[in-house]
Amino acid sequence: MNTEIIIALALITPLIGAIGIFLSANTPNLRETITLLSAAVLFTFVCFLLHQTSNGQNASFRLFEVIPNLMIAFDIEPLGMLFAAIASGLWIINSLYSIGYMRGNQEENQTRFYICFAIAISSSMGIAFAGNMFTLFIFYEILTLSTYPLVTHKGTPEAKAGGRRYLGLLIGTSIGFQLIAIIWTWFLTGTLDFTPGGILSGKIEPTILPFLLALYMFGIGKAALMPFHSWLPAAMVAPTPVSALLHAVAVVKAGAFTVLKVVVYIFGIEFLSSTGASTWLIWAASFTLLASSLIALSKDNLKARLAYSTVSQLSYIVLAAALATKLSILGAGLHIVTHALGKITLFMCAGAIYVATHKTEISDMDGLGRVMPFTFIAFAIGAFSIIGLPPFAGIWSKWYMALGAANLELFMVIAVYMISSLLNVGYLMPVVARAFFKPLPQQLQASGSKSLSEAPLLCVIPLCITALGCFVLFFFANEVIDLLRPIVN
Amino acid sequence: MTNWLHHIPILIVAVPLISAPICVLFTFGANRKAAWLWTLLVSWFAFLCSIYLLNYVLENGQISYHLGSWKPPLGIEYRIDVINAFVLLLVSGISAIAVPFGRLVVDREIEPDRQILFYTTYLLCLTGLLGVTITGDAFNIFVFLEISSLSSYVLIAMGVRSDRRALTAAYNYLILGTIGATFFVIGLGFLYMVTGTLNIMDLSDRVTHLADNKAVHAGYAFIIIGLALKMALFPMHVWLPNSYTYAPSLISIFLAATATKVSIYVLLRFLFTVFGVSFDFIPLTLIFIFLPLAIIAIFFGSIGAIFQTNIKRLFAYSSVAQIGYIAIGIALSNTIGLTAAILHIFNHALIKGALFMAAGCLVYRVGKLTTDSIRGLGKEMPWTFSALVLAGLSLIGIPTTVGFISKWYLILGIMENGWWPLIPLIVMGSLLAVVYMWKIIEAAYFFQAPQDRVPVKEVPLELLIPLWILIGCNFYFGIQADITIGISNEAATSLLDHSP
Repeated sequence: MNTEIIIALALITPLIGAIGIFLSANTPNLRETITLLSAAVLFTFVCFLLHQTSNGQNASFRLFEVIPNLMIAFDIEPLGMLFAAIASGLWIINSLYSIGYMRGNQEENQTRFYICFAIAISSSMGIAFAGNMFTLFIFYEILTLSTYPLVTHKGTPEAKAGGRRYLGLLIGTSIGFQLIAIIWTWFLTGTLDFTPGGILSGKIEPTILPFLLALYMFGIGKAALMPFHSWLPAAMVAPTPVSALLHAVAVVKAGAFTVLKVVVYIFGIEFLSSTGASTWLIWAASFTLLASSLIALSKDNLKARLAYSTVSQLSYIVLAAALATKLSILGAGLHIVTHALGKITLFMCAGAIYVATHKTEISDMDGLGRVMPFTFIAFAIGAFSIIGLPPFAGIWSKWYMALGAANLELFMVIAVYMISSLLNVGYLMPVVARAFFKPLPQQLQASGSKSLSEAPLLCVIPLCITALGCFVLFFFANEVIDLLRPIVN
Repeated sequence: MTNWLHHIPILIVAVPLISAPICVLFTFGANRKAAWLWTLLVSWFAFLCSIYLLNYVLENGQISYHLGSWKPPLGIEYRIDVINAFVLLLVSGISAIAVPFGRLVVDREIEPDRQILFYTTYLLCLTGLLGVTITGDAFNIFVFLEISSLSSYVLIAMGVRSDRRALTAAYNYLILGTIGATFFVIGLGFLYMVTGTLNIMDLSDRVTHLADNKAVHAGYAFIIIGLALKMALFPMHVWLPNSYTYAPSLISIFLAATATKVSIYVLLRFLFTVFGVSFDFIPLTLIFIFLPLAIIAIFFGSIGAIFQTNIKRLFAYSSVAQIGYIAIGIALSNTIGLTAAILHIFNHALIKGALFMAAGCLVYRVGKLTTDSIRGLGKEMPWTFSALVLAGLSLIGIPTTVGFISKWYLILGIMENGWWPLIPLIVMGSLLAVVYMWKIIEAAYFFQAPQDRVPVKEVPLELLIPLWILIGCNFYFGIQADITIGISNEAATSLLDHSP
């Protein structure tokens, strides 16, 4: 089949799914079948495209001209395919999980939930396939807007306040900085196409280049660079499947992905490293990385701790992008995948704990490991992968990123990566340790551990699959690197 | 052109003008529906004419139509180029979509025995706005400006269900509008005194050699102030919020989308066609008066909007801010900036038209229009409120909407001039728009409806269809923007080239 058509189908499939979900609102089983079906179909399309890309084929698909010479255009290239594959693949697993979670918690407005979810996935595909910065920006904004109803799903004052901050920061930074950066780029170069080697070289004074970079980096609010990170913890009021897929994978990785796209295809790695315009970004990202790890240490709420951990992990990617070496860019691309698998596992575990025990605070989770062994083993695996212990996938991305820093002889950066890994141990391991090594509290023991058990199967199976994924990817990381290699050559 | 089509430039004004007195005749049968139908047909006729004119102008260049075959500058000339053909399309297009929306809301808001007179006055207002736009004669502009203004005073005074507050609003507008018109005509007097002509092209030729003439300076100052008052540029906007708030819904929609825009068009004509940037005082006014006022307008209007509880008044304050954006585009006086200004004239009409239409739907169902009275209505009136949200996104300037396209060009124009400090100000303005639109959205979707309120039904399709057509336009021209950009760009180029 024609590759262009497949790109179009991949964009449309979740939307058709959304319509189907809307029409089947009254029959929940059919509705959930449609979600799963469109997730499966989407994943098939993405796999096909991934296969094409790994064979070195390119395809582009132009919709129409919005502003003279500025098209809505879609292209497939390795980095985007990787993001698309991870988002669509995890959508299947997460949909299973959503069913278990949403039904287990008897949440309201489930139809709206699944519709917004499908639209968010569709816009993630748009971001992944975007052929120019303009198209990417459009889908970036749609992603923000479509996830807003998910964040405020509960409708409580707390959810409203979280939603307000979510929207305020994401829309604010994207219109306030990113859009200006995009228009500025357009003004300077007359194009916004993602071009290997970048488009800015020779078009801009090196002295003002850091400002343009700053507009982009702070403008991509989804990458959660401090001080524009607080939307992510605020978004944790959402139901856990949303936190899992959107705020550990699709939304935040859209931010990290956009950062990489901008650095690789707008600025160009060589141009950026030769001008030294990103030196400040190395410091800013290092600061975010360490500061948010420290904040994570202080959080007792599990989801809040994971959220700050995500802020920190996103800065790994921004930091790697700021280094602008081939190895660090490859590592950053890989980190999108490894962190996605690890973090979605952790979030699903947090959700499963909530469904089974209604506990959200880490200090209340003593001894739960014995009641919910699968969940907590999966949690441990996810945590190992995030920390970067073999034999789990997380080590490879850290490896490449640290190698990139070593190439530049920036030992300070290597130190940051290492300290942060230690901090990861510090904030993730206590959860596992408490669950397995501390006894259950007295009153729970009294009521008998029968009242406590694993969450429903539909919650537990998905998180076991992703935990397994963390392990399997350890052996296949090289394939991902090979896929990505063309983007830096 | 065949013989008949040749006369379209006059027909587009004469037909609404003559049909107004004919409309009065319906009072004999007290046939309200016929009066409405008559207004609808006239609006659609004007719309078709304007489409024809715009097409013709785009293909064949400008039209010069001589009234009664008297040659200009003695006779009155109707001169149509891309820019006023575009404004004509805007005025008649908004009317063509607003009148179908109007029947039910007018029925609800205006006493039955006044409805026919209402439509008559509406036709006069339409005539006036079309006339101002099409004519190439400066005094003729004044005459039509007065026709449209006088009729809009009457229309506003009718108010929603004879709301007495509409009377003071209309009275304020009457006083200030008359001052504006008087300033305009005094200015014309000065120019006539030294040039002896009222035809705009002729005026433009003759004024070239009079750059140092004090009478020209005085005339220019009077005209610009008069027009700034009519277009509601801060601080001459005070008539606007109350007029838009208390006017009947149909009039709010129509005036908010067109009236100030037509004045801006006349301003562009005088700034760039009659005078032009080669006159020292034009860049001076633009940079030292228009630009600061425009910036203040953006902030005053947006912050003012945040503090409003009445939704129509909130939109009115937002209009004050949006006029600021247009004025910045004009002040840039480069091609891209003017393109942005002309684009935003059109785009803002689509946005505000849609917003006031949604407000009209709310008046129809709820009556009171405070942020409290719409609490929890998002679920009961899903189509109205989703339209309101989409129009709000367009106002904020989210990509794929027309508001985004305007902003894109405005910022590009600012970069072209290198006025970098303006960019954060524009951005802050957009973010303030997020704040005031969100006030409405939160009230509608997140607050519980008061216990004692009777359930509200969605408005009938007759209201929803025009509303959603406008929403569709907001997105269509946001995605396929090359049409409007092409026209605006051509208009901007011709304005700047025309400068002697």
